[in-house]
Amino acid sequence: MEAKIALAGNPNSGKTSLFNELTGARQHVGNYPGVTVEKKEGTCVYNGHKMHIVDLPGTYSLTAYSEEEVVARDFLVNEKPDVVIDIVDASNLERNLYLAVQFLEMGVSMCIALNMIDVAKNRGIEIDAEKLSILLGVPVVPTIARTGEGKKDLISAAAKMVQGGKRKGFLEISYGDDLDKAILEMEKEIRANDFLTDTYHARWIALKYLENDKQILLKGQESNPSLSARLEKMVEKVSLHLEKTLNTYPEAMIADQRYGYINSIIKQGVIQQEHGQSRLYMSDKIDKVVTNRFLGPIIMIAILMALYQFTFTYSEAPVGWFESFFGWLGDAASTHLPDGLLKSLVVSGVIDGVGGVLGFVPLIMFMFFGIALLEDSGYLARVAFMLDRVFRIFGLHGSSVMAYIVSGGIAGGCAVPGVMATRTLKSPRERLATLLTVPFMNCGAKLPVFALLIAAFFAENEAEIMLIITLIAWLGALFVAKFLRLTIIKGESSPFVMELPPYRLPTFKGLAIHTWERTWQYIKKAGTVILGISIILWAMMTFPGLPDSRFQEFENMRETVKVAAGTAVIQELEASGEDTEFSQEAQDLKSRLADINSVEAEEGLRNSVAGRMGIALESVSKWAGFDWRTNIALVGGFAAKEVVISALGTAYSLGEVDPEESESLSETLAQTPGWSPLVALSLIIFTIFYAPCFVTVVMIVKESGSWKWGIFSMVFNTALALVLAALVFQVGSAMGILGG
Amino acid sequence: MKTHSTPLTAVPAGKKVRIVSLAGGRGMCARLTSMGLVPGSEIEIVKSGDPGPFIVTAGNCRLAIGTGMAAKIMVRSR
Repeated sequence: MEAKIALAGNPNSGKTSLFNELTGARQHVGNYPGVTVEKKEGTCVYNGHKMHIVDLPGTYSLTAYSEEEVVARDFLVNEKPDVVIDIVDASNLERNLYLAVQFLEMGVSMCIALNMIDVAKNRGIEIDAEKLSILLGVPVVPTIARTGEGKKDLISAAAKMVQGGKRKGFLEISYGDDLDKAILEMEKEIRANDFLTDTYHARWIALKYLENDKQILLKGQESNPSLSARLEKMVEKVSLHLEKTLNTYPEAMIADQRYGYINSIIKQGVIQQEHGQSRLYMSDKIDKVVTNRFLGPIIMIAILMALYQFTFTYSEAPVGWFESFFGWLGDAASTHLPDGLLKSLVVSGVIDGVGGVLGFVPLIMFMFFGIALLEDSGYLARVAFMLDRVFRIFGLHGSSVMAYIVSGGIAGGCAVPGVMATRTLKSPRERLATLLTVPFMNCGAKLPVFALLIAAFFAENEAEIMLIITLIAWLGALFVAKFLRLTIIKGESSPFVMELPPYRLPTFKGLAIHTWERTWQYIKKAGTVILGISIILWAMMTFPGLPDSRFQEFENMRETVKVAAGTAVIQELEASGEDTEFSQEAQDLKSRLADINSVEAEEGLRNSVAGRMGIALESVSKWAGFDWRTNIALVGGFAAKEVVISALGTAYSLGEVDPEESESLSETLAQTPGWSPLVALSLIIFTIFYAPCFVTVVMIVKESGSWKWGIFSMVFNTALALVLAALVFQVGSAMGILGG
Repeated sequence: MKTHSTPLTAVPAGKKVRIVSLAGGRGMCARLTSMGLVPGSEIEIVKSGDPGPFIVTAGNCRLAIGTGMAAKIMVRSR
């Protein structure tokens, strides 16, 4: 038997923990087709049966007001899972059953995981699972997702439901006389006309019309406009009546009756609650301190600082190992491959390009681990909470904070899901201001660029510099948002509500899975997209190459030097093994040849397509202190920000004198004339603010609905970045600080 | 003991109140309802909104509510 099982439930009900427990490492993250809500799938084997498990987005309800809810609903209708496991927070039963009731109204086969019974017990809440099961007519299995307790019972209950076949029928609640009557009438019409009944059942369609459900209304208007209009008329009539008699409207009435139904069940002895307990639970006590108006911000900065300290300190050694490994790989490739284009491609294009990006995997991993810790413990939600006030001042919204954090507000996210996360913002103006400013955050692709420059020029205070970079990014984003809200996108701010999950001790398994998931994404991107772009950039930095006449001139120069040195010395050089001691003459010849090669390589690079472009840009970029090589990297960074590293790696590798003495890129940069801590700082500032990567721009266009904003983000951001970087560089140079 | 209903913004921290009505648009009301903030339900104000949003407990969960939204939730103290 193979079965398809969907996991559903409120946010913070322990859904992710349970999913991790059930599927372990057998997970796959993707997107629901056509929409951008993350879709997690996994498998689990029970008694030799393969269970295919899909994690639905966490929702409170099944309306059409939020994308997550529509996705969850569509999945149930289109994919028809054999069983839905609804994860219910036992310490919060009433509200969690609001979603369960809606599943039953839809008529899906459902089984309830009564989760966090330990938490409930600690709060003096005892729940009679058997009674609840009988009253609701569905299996109810007590679980503790964090420890995996009850997961076997849960899967076996689900398997039994699959074997027992689809559940017939659906829950019918009375919504009061007026609505019940209207529903009956509408149902009759719907059935008589087979209106949408191939996908939904008649009563549910009527219910959704009464709830003014945009998605169903749209589908109805498409399928049968005249009947849809008739149904809408009926809804209008009963709405007017409700307003006159009870001063309410159908939606509110339906919600009321659902809660009424839930209460009637709970009151039949399902819950035993001890009274007189102190309401000040652990989480409230922590919140008193952590969200305090004075202590809160200090604690927040301290936590960020600790995270950076932890990341940079502990990742140093493994990053070194990775660098040595790629250094060794490069050496091995240059010794074993014949001279020529292939060798250049493999060594300079692939190993020095992609290797530079992959070298930061340990750092990325430590950072993601720290962020997973903040997220799983519940602290991130408090950050959003505290910043709502600040964001409001700058014309943004509490929900913008999450979009910022997803984009790399702490470091190491991605602006693409960040832009999509702005969908939770209901006000189009706040949303636009947010999605135009999230690309300023320090995403996982910019992070290695900063790490590289920090390691090369600010090795003394890595964590402090990282904190400053984060603060600059946030301040910049907030001021740009304010500027936009004062000029191009003016408008009121909208209301904010979010749940603050209780503080929890993260489980190691959860942390490991979340860390690995994100790290793997980084590795995958380096091995595919970045590899491809690196090869293209290598080609742009290699071709058209030097004209033959020029090449011949260099050959002649080499010959002249060789002849001048004499055959004996040449023979000595050519016969040399690994550790031969050279005579003075041979050493001289070697370094002279190397000089010629170096001049030739640089001239070749300057003459290449990319080189010419970089040189052309120098007239502008010199204000910020960037040379043509950096320009190539920055232009490449538009494709993906990691490319800034891989392109610098390739550029300096192609110009490298002696490939056998390869150093890490950060060492090379630190020793190259023209680079200084000031240039590095200017480059960091530029990297924070300049045009978002191509994929983000596409996403901005898609989400804002106009090319205008995509172009705006490229032009405005780059101009802003240039002005800021030039300001830093010019002021720094004038004052003579940081080696400028 | 019938008192007039006041917006949530006027209630100090530490007080328990009952929700009388929700004055926002339909989308906002649906959201609050699904999160357990229904007329008739009892909430406790953990932190009042100065500075930053309100924190209230409804049932056994904590919700952060922005000042703008809090102004539209009408409550009555018990």
